[in-house]
Amino acid sequence: MVIDFSQFFWLFFAFVVLILIEGFYCIMVTYNLMRVLIGLEILIKAVTLLIIVAGYLSGQMALAQTLVITVIVIEVVVVMIAAGIVLGFYREYDSLNVRNARNMKG
Amino acid sequence: MTLAGLWAVMTSLLLRAAIALALTSAILTIIMFRLGATLAGVFELSVCGGLISVVFISVISLTHRLPLQEYLKRRESRINRFIYLPFILLATVIILFIIQKPILVTLPMGTITEVRSMMWDVRRIDLFGQIMVLLAGVYGVLILFKGRK
Repeated sequence: MVIDFSQFFWLFFAFVVLILIEGFYCIMVTYNLMRVLIGLEILIKAVTLLIIVAGYLSGQMALAQTLVITVIVIEVVVVMIAAGIVLGFYREYDSLNVRNARNMKG
Repeated sequence: MTLAGLWAVMTSLLLRAAIALALTSAILTIIMFRLGATLAGVFELSVCGGLISVVFISVISLTHRLPLQEYLKRRESRINRFIYLPFILLATVIILFIIQKPILVTLPMGTITEVRSMMWDVRRIDLFGQIMVLLAGVYGVLILFKGRK
């Protein structure tokens, strides 16, 4: 059975908005640095889904795929660096609570 | 995918959140495959579902667990903070379906459909940019984990 996904664009858009809200809410409400990273990852997933659906609907799937690959490469680098910073923070303060960042000295 | 994301945000254990994030990646990969984006799907599954999950789980395993009393206290505080999220999502769904509008889809003619051709012929400079970003990331990790003298 072949499904015409162009009929469901509004549904995809609704899902993207919901996932974006989840990511923003997670970043805003949490005090745990790992959860901030998880929220960031969820935001990136929503953007990836939107790019793919837009590429599918506009018939430019090749361009969308190259954009998604670029997003994934940047995502990996950001997560690696952020994980390193989180570990350094944990070693310094023995906690992942973001409120401890107020005690940081330059 | 939305439910997996919600699980990642709402769960109290970080390890479960990392697993839920991997599940979100897996579901996104399935959507990509169904839409015909196979190359991007492979990248998503191997890098986001695999590598990033491993990084998250490694970081979580390097941190110690909270004492039970402290954990229960924080869990209660978390529930109080995150209890509104399902209601916000529900309200968003209702609003989106009230303002629902048809979106016109235009299919441009003569576009490049081959991913390899697009990547190597049209967006070659982007590839160099990506390589530079990766090298910058490696350099950043080296700086972060450099031993103190």
